[in-house]
Amino acid sequence: MLGPILETLIGGLLTGVLYSLVALGFVLIFKASGVFNFAQGVMVLFAALSVARLSEFFPMPIAIALAVVVMIALAYAIEFLVLRRLVNQEGIILFMATLGVTYFLEGFGQTVWGSDIYKIDLGMPKNPIFVLESVFPGGLLIDPSELIAALICAIMVVALAIFFQVTRVGRALRAVADDHQAAQSVGIPLNQIWLMVWAVAGIVALVAGMMWGAKLGVQFSLSLVALKALPVLILGGFTSIPGAIVGGLIIGAGEKLAEVVLGPVLIRMFDLAGGGIENWFAYVLALMFLLVRPQGLFGEKIIERV
Amino acid sequence: MLYREAGQFKTSYSADQAIFSIAQDRWFVMIVLLLGFVGVPLVANQYLYTEVFIPVLILSIAAIGLNILTGYCGQVSLGTGGFMAVGAYAAYNLALRIPDMNFILVFALSGVVAMLVGVLFGLPSLRIKGFYLAVATLAAQFFLEWAFARVKWFTNYAPSGSVAVGKIELFGFAIDTPDRKYLFVLALVVVMALAAKNMVRGRLGRSWMAMRDMDIAAEIIGIRPLNAKLSAFAVSSFYIGVAGALWGFLRLGSWEPLAFDINRSFQVLFMIIIGGLGSILGSFLGAAFIILVPIFLNQLPHLLGIPLSTAAVSHIEFMVFGAMIVFFLIVEPNGFARLWAIAKEKLRLWPFPY
Amino acid sequence: MIRKIAGIAAASVLAGGTLGGPALAQNEQFIPHLVYRTGAYAPNGIPFANGVADYYRLVNARDGGINGVTISYEECDTGYATDRGVECYERLKKKGPTGAAYFLPLSTGITFALTEKAPIDKIPIISMGYGRSESRDGAVFQWNFPLLGTYWTAADIIIQHIAKTEGGFDKLKGKKIALVYHDSPYGKEPIALLQKRAQMHGFETLLLPVTHPGVEQKATWLQIRQNRPDYVLLWGWGVMNSTAIKEAVAVAYPRGKMYGVWWSGAEPDVRPAEGGATGYHAVTLQHTAGQFKVHEDLKKYVYDKGNGNAKWEETDEILYIRGMINAMLGVESIRTAQAKFGKKPLTGEQVRWGIENLDLSAARIKDLGFEGVLKPIKVSCADHEGARTGRIQTWDGKNWKITSDWYVADDNVIAPMVKDAATKYAAEKKIAPGCLTN
Repeated sequence: MLGPILETLIGGLLTGVLYSLVALGFVLIFKASGVFNFAQGVMVLFAALSVARLSEFFPMPIAIALAVVVMIALAYAIEFLVLRRLVNQEGIILFMATLGVTYFLEGFGQTVWGSDIYKIDLGMPKNPIFVLESVFPGGLLIDPSELIAALICAIMVVALAIFFQVTRVGRALRAVADDHQAAQSVGIPLNQIWLMVWAVAGIVALVAGMMWGAKLGVQFSLSLVALKALPVLILGGFTSIPGAIVGGLIIGAGEKLAEVVLGPVLIRMFDLAGGGIENWFAYVLALMFLLVRPQGLFGEKIIERV
Repeated sequence: MLYREAGQFKTSYSADQAIFSIAQDRWFVMIVLLLGFVGVPLVANQYLYTEVFIPVLILSIAAIGLNILTGYCGQVSLGTGGFMAVGAYAAYNLALRIPDMNFILVFALSGVVAMLVGVLFGLPSLRIKGFYLAVATLAAQFFLEWAFARVKWFTNYAPSGSVAVGKIELFGFAIDTPDRKYLFVLALVVVMALAAKNMVRGRLGRSWMAMRDMDIAAEIIGIRPLNAKLSAFAVSSFYIGVAGALWGFLRLGSWEPLAFDINRSFQVLFMIIIGGLGSILGSFLGAAFIILVPIFLNQLPHLLGIPLSTAAVSHIEFMVFGAMIVFFLIVEPNGFARLWAIAKEKLRLWPFPY
Repeated sequence: MIRKIAGIAAASVLAGGTLGGPALAQNEQFIPHLVYRTGAYAPNGIPFANGVADYYRLVNARDGGINGVTISYEECDTGYATDRGVECYERLKKKGPTGAAYFLPLSTGITFALTEKAPIDKIPIISMGYGRSESRDGAVFQWNFPLLGTYWTAADIIIQHIAKTEGGFDKLKGKKIALVYHDSPYGKEPIALLQKRAQMHGFETLLLPVTHPGVEQKATWLQIRQNRPDYVLLWGWGVMNSTAIKEAVAVAYPRGKMYGVWWSGAEPDVRPAEGGATGYHAVTLQHTAGQFKVHEDLKKYVYDKGNGNAKWEETDEILYIRGMINAMLGVESIRTAQAKFGKKPLTGEQVRWGIENLDLSAARIKDLGFEGVLKPIKVSCADHEGARTGRIQTWDGKNWKITSDWYVADDNVIAPMVKDAATKYAAEKKIAPGCLTN
């Protein structure tokens, strides 16, 4: 019994890394501009589609570089056409605007890039490897492509951390995140910073989309991964980068374990028509946690009695 | 000129407290009601009934429900689809298991069931708020969707998980044709909208709005957050549950949990944002807009005789719909209700603006 | 409320405009088609829709329509969503001089919804290879035609094939068969038959639902690795199929032990997995991929004139051919009905008679250019399915290859189930079973 559980745990953690990456995009934007960007999921799709379709014409590195340009252009367009015109609106209005952007991009992405299933070939190994075959019967299964994806995500996170801590732009970003007005009063241009944040979120989406797409292929439904990342946000907090990462791992591992271990028990107890509890389990897990610790894992402690 | 309240004096308290205190408003509402009950049945065809009027009216009820929670009490919810599903499945089971129950009672009770579930999922609102709460209500959405797909009792052990409803009868009348369905829904909508309008003008509504505007201040003036928030969840879920039951029985006839998925939640949320937060009228305008625009966009190239592939039409529909949402938010973030108020203001002075 | 009224006015203009439509010639048979060329299911929806559309074009270009009655055809995109499907149905059902001839919902969920509406509007629903399994009972489901096979047929053929590879039904005892299914009425349809067969032969079933749209299947396949079922049946659609095969590769589940339904056995399902899908099987809705006699006409009358919807090299793919079959069965039904009602545009009610009396002999199928695609089919009131045969095909890495003989679904098993389910439905809906005669 230990073998399968361990295997599920590993698989869950590796999936969790991808959730973290999507959640990271949310956090970056929320932290800097207070926008709950529902379009993050469709940005992941759009980025992945760009890479997939461009790589049909160009070698992979050039395709990726072009996709980065596309994502920066997209960030600029969103900032210029939507956000700039909605400054000082309430959070929910901004949220709805990003939902509008989501619809637009779903149509636009399919018009430009098509709605078939496309491939991103990063040359990742497809077949699983088995470790510790002496300890567990059948060994422990590890998907090497997910391991590589996790590694790339880790590098991405370290790079972002360095970017935020060391560079001038990064410092400005943190200043804006802490206090818009104070940042503006010391001469940090808010619009440029927002543009920068959206571009960075676009690149994070690109990495997430490539990792996901390389494994499962790129198709319209990829935009729904956004929903998988939302419980990560409540668990980790909307404003915490470490929260997004740790939260992603917990949610990933938690939901897979729940499905594999708890699912069959529930089915037997209540005579259910199949499991599939992972879809809500993540939310309930996050919710339970929230009732104990309303600011999330590493969220800022805003003392706010409700 | 057209909309002049000068000369209309309120001589009693009841006149002062009337819902429509101005004669023009009263006339206007009367005309709209007359159009709804008499005018529409004279001109509408089956397509208009089943695809325009009935969906708009039913989703208006859901929008009023969500508006009570989000617009008046300030609690953002993304679980509307789930609560509609509760109403629909409650109604299905009530009608199935208690034969010959009056359908008014079936719909009312299904609203009550949704209300109880709503209060349960509203409990976290006492601890968290804002987007945290919004995401937390997604827990309700996904859990309920899952429960109706999995627990066999809810679907009466239907092997496919899809349920179908039988004939609906009310006081000996079979509600089977589109025009009868329409009139039934319209009557229900009028009653429920009136009730909602009165509720939000009363003590309850004021406590919700106080909670929305500043929770701490509200607490200080003696409004208990527990009562205010949970009552908002209760009333809102009741409306949404009734809307869900009507959606299942009068619009779909046969459905699966996918009919109440998260897109439904977003759809209703769009309605109240576009229509206007904190406005009953806005709920109607928003519902009409969100239902009509996609239908219109889908047929526009066809009407104009532009030969476009089916795929292109769908993609354009997505793009234009998204762009319109953004456009309206930029132009008028307070929704159609605000535009309506501005129009009234203009009409009051017209044609002499000074 | 001014806006509301303006909206309603706009809607009446628009609905009036559509229902009246651009003036249609009187000698046209209107046929609608509910498709999805967009969204999560587009990879499978597009080739099918192309096949249907191109076959109608072929009939119009080659024969000048059906006995001189030209086909006027319109698509409506549902995105696989039931409410959109119902909206499309309501919009198109009255179009044309005689209304819609029949509807092809192309989604089990929409078929369920339209089943309630069809008897009122008197328009038949052809759900070829999908829809409600019990709807083959024409006495109760007078307006439904799940031609060529239901999901019970599909599941039965797969179980028969597995029993054969194992060396007999008695060898199934103690085996474990998992069903990975799309969590919708579509995916749940085969469960009843599997449970019945499991009871008969003593194998164990493991039900693993996958939530729409099916990109997240990691936990499902971890469970498969943990439970090690002897066979996995795949009941997916759209992107779920290729994802399932990729996840099977990731947990090293042998593809040779996987059997898909006919909606999980086409090129878009296996190609994204590249070599990983080699050895994967699927039951066929009789036909497989390839060029057939009908393709000669298709090239001559449609593609050489630049009128094709697809690329020419896509026309020998499975879903495209299935689309053509579906359109062909519809056209032949109308032809059958014309023999009785006259060579003019027919109403849905008349076309229903044509479908119910459809009888395509081997010779007729050969004339139509579908030899090797389809076996003879004979529909009757008692049997709205018309044929219950299928083969197993296997993906060899490049092509689908037929790897079994013909199987016929065992009616000793299925017929009583159909009877029970149809009787239950009739009782719930207070329908008095009986054949329509026109």
